[in-house]
Amino acid sequence: MLIYMAALALLFISALWRVDSLTGNLVHSWTLDNFKTLFTVPAYRTIALRTIGIAAAVTVTDAILAVPFAFYAARLAPKRLQSALFVAVLIPLWSSYLVRVYAWRLILAKDGILNSVLGNVGLGSVNIGYSNWAMWIVFSYIWLPFMILPVWSAIERVPDSYIEASADLGASGWRTFRTVLMPLILPGLAAGSIFTFSLTLGDFITPTLVGGAGSDFIGNVVYQSVGIANNVPFAAAFATVPLVIMGLYLLLARRLGAFEAL
Amino acid sequence: MIGTGRLSRVAFAAWAALIMLFLFFPIAIIVLYAFNPSNIQSWPLHGLSTKWFSSTWHNEEMRQALWLSVRAGLLSTAIAVVLGSMAAFAVHRFRFFGKEAISFLLVLPLALPGIITGMALNSFITYNGVTFSLTTIIIGHATFCIVVVYNNVLARLRRTQTSLVEASMDLGADGWQTFRFVILPTIATALVAGGLLAFALSFDEVVVTTFTAGAQNTLPLWIFGNIRLGQQLPQVNVVVLFVIAITVIPIALAQRLTRDTGILRRPTAQTGRVRAGATA
Repeated sequence: MLIYMAALALLFISALWRVDSLTGNLVHSWTLDNFKTLFTVPAYRTIALRTIGIAAAVTVTDAILAVPFAFYAARLAPKRLQSALFVAVLIPLWSSYLVRVYAWRLILAKDGILNSVLGNVGLGSVNIGYSNWAMWIVFSYIWLPFMILPVWSAIERVPDSYIEASADLGASGWRTFRTVLMPLILPGLAAGSIFTFSLTLGDFITPTLVGGAGSDFIGNVVYQSVGIANNVPFAAAFATVPLVIMGLYLLLARRLGAFEAL
Repeated sequence: MIGTGRLSRVAFAAWAALIMLFLFFPIAIIVLYAFNPSNIQSWPLHGLSTKWFSSTWHNEEMRQALWLSVRAGLLSTAIAVVLGSMAAFAVHRFRFFGKEAISFLLVLPLALPGIITGMALNSFITYNGVTFSLTTIIIGHATFCIVVVYNNVLARLRRTQTSLVEASMDLGADGWQTFRFVILPTIATALVAGGLLAFALSFDEVVVTTFTAGAQNTLPLWIFGNIRLGQQLPQVNVVVLFVIAITVIPIALAQRLTRDTGILRRPTAQTGRVRAGATA
């Protein structure tokens, strides 16, 4: 038991250290200048807005993709298929993130599969290789399993009788979905959106690999400030932007009951 | 009722099939490109060949990166198995001051974007004048590996009946014997599964590693650097196939291991699984 406590204490302290060193940095070198730069230089504002915009678009896309899938998987699919689907969603979730981004780079490249296929069916070619569109597609792909799983478990927990009752009372399928199912799976959607939103906000690998020249994310600026410019205070100041947004988002999600759905 | 009509049932099934295609198509592409004979990455491929496999294997930089990744993965997994399961026991068994805070802190590294964890560690390391080395990489990886093991073990402990432990104590076993013969066998598979997942995570982590590795390359850093600069792409294709294989195998194994076994309580098995998967 002593060892438990020692280990826990160590963990606790090391966790504190980390956070402390971060805030330490902020306290020591945080003149308001960093924030001033952040708000007055238009480039940074654009970057922040781009990051938030794409994170929001990705979240909405994933929700739209996930709900019908989760509904099928949780309620319509035969039992054996259900477990197969479950593993099939888990595998991309855990398998290499970097590799999956790279795969999309191959697909979306100028001489990649997408353009080759489009060319063959006579649609010409699209040049979305290194652009915001590419980032939107890749992020939606990468985080989709994180949305599917909580929504799936939320749909599974809706009692059959609710849906039957709604149908018995004469509601159409769409109406049952909107007024009965939707409010019940909202916590699951909120839980999934925490992942899709926060993971996109903090990312810099995908923008580096599939984003174009002018598609930096907050993460890229933070990474460059630490790694190249060695300006940790500015990086920390910019990193507080996603942190504050996530804080607000978590408060909102909590209201929607996301934590019970995790 | 939704989804009972023939038409809507087919529509839902088609949607699910499309999602599956979307999820697995890029992985199939990775497998194909590893056999690309050309060193130009364009589609369609001109035949398939294994010609890059041997040159990849003999690439010295790649070997060093691989060896570093293996060591980092094994050591951080070992740390995670010990500390993660201890933390899970403590949170499960005892009530103590700050318990809620600790269970929250433990999940933080997974919930926060990696860049924040990475930056915090980076400034902590430089602030203390520590040089970047294998040790700093391991510390970085251990933060999230511990969480994975902790989640898996805690989920298992919560599903294990407390009566098993009580029965063992009533029959005169001491704490150690109860741990060795009752608790350990019940959590063994969860522990192994957590360890496998932790290894898989560590083996392909990029974000935290960029901030804690200094000048050395782990395998993912080697891949990332080469993709960014467009260098050695044929070799990258082969390595990437290998990485997918090595991360998928532990996941499949872990999935098998966390299936409920007879001794455990089963609240609706399916829900339990989906939720365990989602939080892990």
